Amino acid sequence: MALGIGCSSRPGKAGNNKTGSWRVFKPIFDHDKCTKCGMCKTICPEGCIEESEDDFFIPDETYCKGCGICAEECPSDAITMEQEEK
Amino acid sequence: MLEITEGSHAVAKAVKMSRPQVIAAYPITPQTHIVETLADMVANGELDAEYITVESEFSALSACIGASAAGSRTYSATTSQGLALMFEVCFNVSGMRLPIVMTIANRALGAPLSIWNDQQDSISLRDCGWIQFYAEDNQEATDLHYIAYKVAESVEVLLPAFVCFDGFILSHTYEPVDMLSQEDVDRYLPAYKPFQKLDSDDPISMGMYATPEYYLEFRYEHDQAMKRAKDVISKAGKEFGEMFGRDYSALVEGYRLEDADTAIVAMGSLCGTIKDSIDEMRLAGKKVGLLKIRCFRPFPAEEIRNALSHVKRVAVLDKNVSIGAKGAVAIEVRDALYGKTMPVLGYILGLGGRDVRISDIKNIISLAESGKGDQFYGLRTEVL
Repeated sequence: MALGIGCSSRPGKAGNNKTGSWRVFKPIFDHDKCTKCGMCKTICPEGCIEESEDDFFIPDETYCKGCGICAEECPSDAITMEQEEK
Repeated sequence: MLEITEGSHAVAKAVKMSRPQVIAAYPITPQTHIVETLADMVANGELDAEYITVESEFSALSACIGASAAGSRTYSATTSQGLALMFEVCFNVSGMRLPIVMTIANRALGAPLSIWNDQQDSISLRDCGWIQFYAEDNQEATDLHYIAYKVAESVEVLLPAFVCFDGFILSHTYEPVDMLSQEDVDRYLPAYKPFQKLDSDDPISMGMYATPEYYLEFRYEHDQAMKRAKDVISKAGKEFGEMFGRDYSALVEGYRLEDADTAIVAMGSLCGTIKDSIDEMRLAGKKVGLLKIRCFRPFPAEEIRNALSHVKRVAVLDKNVSIGAKGAVAIEVRDALYGKTMPVLGYILGLGGRDVRISDIKNIISLAESGKGDQFYGLRTEVL
């Protein structure tokens, strides 16, 4: 993206903000522990967790900020946060 | 037309003829006469502008941000504590690349409270990303406003500008000033065409936030714009000279410097006193010259290096002090001369309205010739 003079910007959707670049800790989903309850998708503040064809849940790393709420709230402790090397 | 006029009134007239659409300012000594005069002009219908009265300098410049972002030619004026209160807003104006022009009637900063002149206020904002001009006399102060608008609004630059002139020494002094006519000003400074503006039919946001992936690049582009301003200032100053006979193309100006052994470097009204001192010293056989810095930001390092490369010593006079270091101009002039062998000696003087006279300039030349510098000049040791 070319810089706008004076950091100006046209209005757009929140989807234009690739918030995944903010991430320090990345959620790792353990499908052996996952009960497919969908709590992670429900409470994700970024709305970036999608259900896959086999009913597991997968975060979209383009937007996942690594806030860790999914890991905190997962009833099965199936999500762990791991520091990411970039 | 030549008019005998007070500096502040001359500046107000120049601002009026620059046709600002919005003025927001808060009165403060010694800037008051400028904004008082402009308020009169608006109230009397002589100037078709919105004059926004505000409760502080912070609000004054914040109102200017809104007005400039909405596409208006915008003006403010302040000094000293008022400029200090604008500190945060100044960075927002320049970062948003809004070409606001603001007059600074230079005054000391408290504490202790001082309403008198030095240049600590604008020098303390040297890093805020505004162009900084310093006027030697009221003619220059007046003309620099037209040039400031032309440069600030140029698409290669898009940066705000301070036009600094010494409080009281210039602002409250009556001098002959050759005032341009409105037709002349309109020919030189056409109506403002904003590069971008707030418009509900074509919306943008300005001054958005930048993550660590972008901030460094924004600061680089800001710095590049300031560096491009050097050529734009030269061009605008040359055009002014061609149209009205007073050439401001040089960011620094030499006076009897060609064969000088000792060069004085200074900014603002000091330069007039220095020129008279040089004339007297030349009659007595001393080869002394002056390099006046008219534009402090962008800093004309190359021009200074070229102008001073032949001299045996340089005496830099600062009406400011970076406490714990030196005068700001001395530091930067020495940096511009890095690798040269001549001594660059700094003298801090004239703070808080202390008079600087011809005899003082002569004393400083004697000090420089004996290698003594990097000091406060004129200290009353009996009160220390």
